[in-house]
Amino acid sequence: MNKDVLICGVGGQGTVLASRIIAASAMSEGNTVHSAETIGMAQRGGPVTSHVRIGDEAYSPMIPSGKADLIIGFEPAEVVRNIGYLSADGLAVVNTSAVKPVTESLAETGYDGSSMIEYLKDNVNCIFVDGEAECTKLGSAKFLNILLLGIAAGSGRLGTSKDTIISEIEKRVPPKFKDKNIQAFLSGFEIGENKGESK
Amino acid sequence: MKEYVMGNGAIALGALKAGVNIACGYPGTPSSEIIETLAKYPHEGLHLEWSVNEKAALEVAAAAAYSGARALVTMKQVGLNVASDPLMSLAYVGVEGGLVVVSADDPGPISSQTEQDTRRFADFARIPVFDPSSPEEAFEMIQDAFDYSEKYKTPVIFRPTTRVDHGYASIEVGDKYIPKDYEGFKKDSGRFVIFPRLSYKNHGMIEDRNIQIGNDFSDYRFNTSEGGPSKKAVMASGVSYMYAKETLKDHPQIKLIKIATAYPFPESFMLKQLEGVEEILCLEELSPYIEEQLLKLAGKHHLTLKVDGKLTGHVPHMGENSADSVAKILKAYLETDLEAEYSKKDIPTLPVRPPVLCAGCPHRASFYAVKKAMEKEKTYYCGDIGCYTLGNAMPLDMVDTCLCMGAGVTMAQGFSHVDSDGKAFAFIGDSTFFASGINGVVNAVINEADITICILDNSTTAMTGHQPHPGTGINMMGHDVGKISITNILNGIGLKKVITVDPFELDKAIETVKECAQTKGVKAIIFKSPCIAIEKSSKKCTINDSCVNCKKCIRETGCPALILTDGKVTIDQSLCTGCGLCKQVCPMNAIGGATDE
Repeated sequence: MNKDVLICGVGGQGTVLASRIIAASAMSEGNTVHSAETIGMAQRGGPVTSHVRIGDEAYSPMIPSGKADLIIGFEPAEVVRNIGYLSADGLAVVNTSAVKPVTESLAETGYDGSSMIEYLKDNVNCIFVDGEAECTKLGSAKFLNILLLGIAAGSGRLGTSKDTIISEIEKRVPPKFKDKNIQAFLSGFEIGENKGESK
Repeated sequence: MKEYVMGNGAIALGALKAGVNIACGYPGTPSSEIIETLAKYPHEGLHLEWSVNEKAALEVAAAAAYSGARALVTMKQVGLNVASDPLMSLAYVGVEGGLVVVSADDPGPISSQTEQDTRRFADFARIPVFDPSSPEEAFEMIQDAFDYSEKYKTPVIFRPTTRVDHGYASIEVGDKYIPKDYEGFKKDSGRFVIFPRLSYKNHGMIEDRNIQIGNDFSDYRFNTSEGGPSKKAVMASGVSYMYAKETLKDHPQIKLIKIATAYPFPESFMLKQLEGVEEILCLEELSPYIEEQLLKLAGKHHLTLKVDGKLTGHVPHMGENSADSVAKILKAYLETDLEAEYSKKDIPTLPVRPPVLCAGCPHRASFYAVKKAMEKEKTYYCGDIGCYTLGNAMPLDMVDTCLCMGAGVTMAQGFSHVDSDGKAFAFIGDSTFFASGINGVVNAVINEADITICILDNSTTAMTGHQPHPGTGINMMGHDVGKISITNILNGIGLKKVITVDPFELDKAIETVKECAQTKGVKAIIFKSPCIAIEKSSKKCTINDSCVNCKKCIRETGCPALILTDGKVTIDQSLCTGCGLCKQVCPMNAIGGATDE
């Protein structure tokens, strides 16, 4: 299997855990996996990306432009920032809840994500989800990453089985949040299955 | 068992497999995780330390290597500048046990002051350098580096770049660590005491030896070629090789040559590869190093060869290469069609997300106190390397200079000597103070500078991932060795005024700054408050009805937890740490919160 998955968002949203689970799941199904993450000056509130490359023919640690099969976007502007990576027939899973820049109160831009969502609607094959609303149902914003992972899995674009991913989630989340995370994954999975191939 | 680890983890695991006996380093992106990984895996019998700086790390390791032990030293590229004094001499003296200096380069630069190239340092010091192209290769190559170091009794350099350090791959982890058995130091002053006569003798020996190493490297397993034969070839090193391979997998007729040992250049390997080649493209980051080596080789052997690269403008000198930039260069070189690029012309304006000091960061309060105290004065604010470099951002705007580790303390002195009307301040973090600040304080005292040194003591090395340092009292062996007191050091140097304040007690902090600024001589203020990422706070501030929405809190502090919701100032409860700085800035007493408890 050859698959390129790009995960993007802002620091603090839990993108790294999502990328680790995708990598571990693909590996436990016998694939070669490489990944690369933003490290260094990146911190809470800065743009972050994880590039997960599955398969033997992936050489560059980061996905070349136009080659990503799937983008898992934790924030609408971050999806647009990375849209050049998506392949022509790729899919973007997009959380529509915008995260304002931490400097917004100092230098107002009025950013609320709407122009990004409009742009994505017109140009890209997307599954949109109101992450804030879904997480309120689940009880905490902390489940956003697993919810989005569930949607990606449900869409059929990840190429790894549902059960493999669930067992990798179980290995990586604290025991007391295990059930909630599985619930988040399954509710995401259902959204992904239902909206998977609709433009 | 295979484990999915970062490139730096692969380097650490490779060193463990090579039986490394001692590992020393100083944190610096992108190298910090090597020492941290060593600490996480079984390493009983290994001496592990975060040294006080890179020079100390290399000198500790050198003695171990004189004794026959295998020694690993880790740092980032600018750290090698600090370690260059021992490195240059050690290159002459040589070693008994393998000594590998890992110096991680940072093309971009992503988090460094310079785009210097460690391979040039290896050439300058006349010692071999290894240049891995992937985490998997790094794991193997670090083991080779120890072998070559021992074979030729010379320190060697291992230089990964950011994308190799921070890329992840599956690595075979051994279940047992077996340290190398070594004989111990054998006294031999003719060998280990560097005198002019020894340097003269060894200089000749080193140049002859490097020819041998170049021949040896011509058979080295990671100097490879694939594809071809072709009149147009590509030579690449490091991660640029992987980028080239990504494109050339669709062009198997093109010869791709990988150079894993930039110095000494594997000349006979390269000459063989060049048979039938008329034109060659050099792909590498930072310096045009292998490109220059190739030009020398072509000159030496009168080769008719067109060499494209940085020197001909085909490859940019600055910044990182990427799969995309290399694809573009290659396609122009091979005169093939480019795939249509994603059109970015209709993309809406993206929000900018600049790095800022965290909500509740004590540095914000320290800078603010100095700013308020010195409002009407002529000032010089000399910054340093760490999170607090971000104090340069608006609205604080409290960093006038930043040069290199420790330079703030000494540069403030320079300003004080050329302008006696101005008040010169140095801002330096606790870890940086231990690394290279202390000498500067001695210099200030003995040369009668008039400066105020502000030590931003957050009890950690925050920027590089919260490593311990001499002020935290716990070392990398996990031993509690007692904290080294910054106050005692400053008193010992002879400072008459050393005052510790909590930066969040704003009025007191402002008064302290005023008092120090008015006193002639060398004074120090230790702004002591822990990093909020280490000591988690559950306190929160809240805004009450007295708020008139004047936004002074936002304008003056720039704290990211202060946000506007429908035009009204509110506090983001998920970010706020209840530090109370905004509360003390508010003219209306409109902010209350947990700090009252």
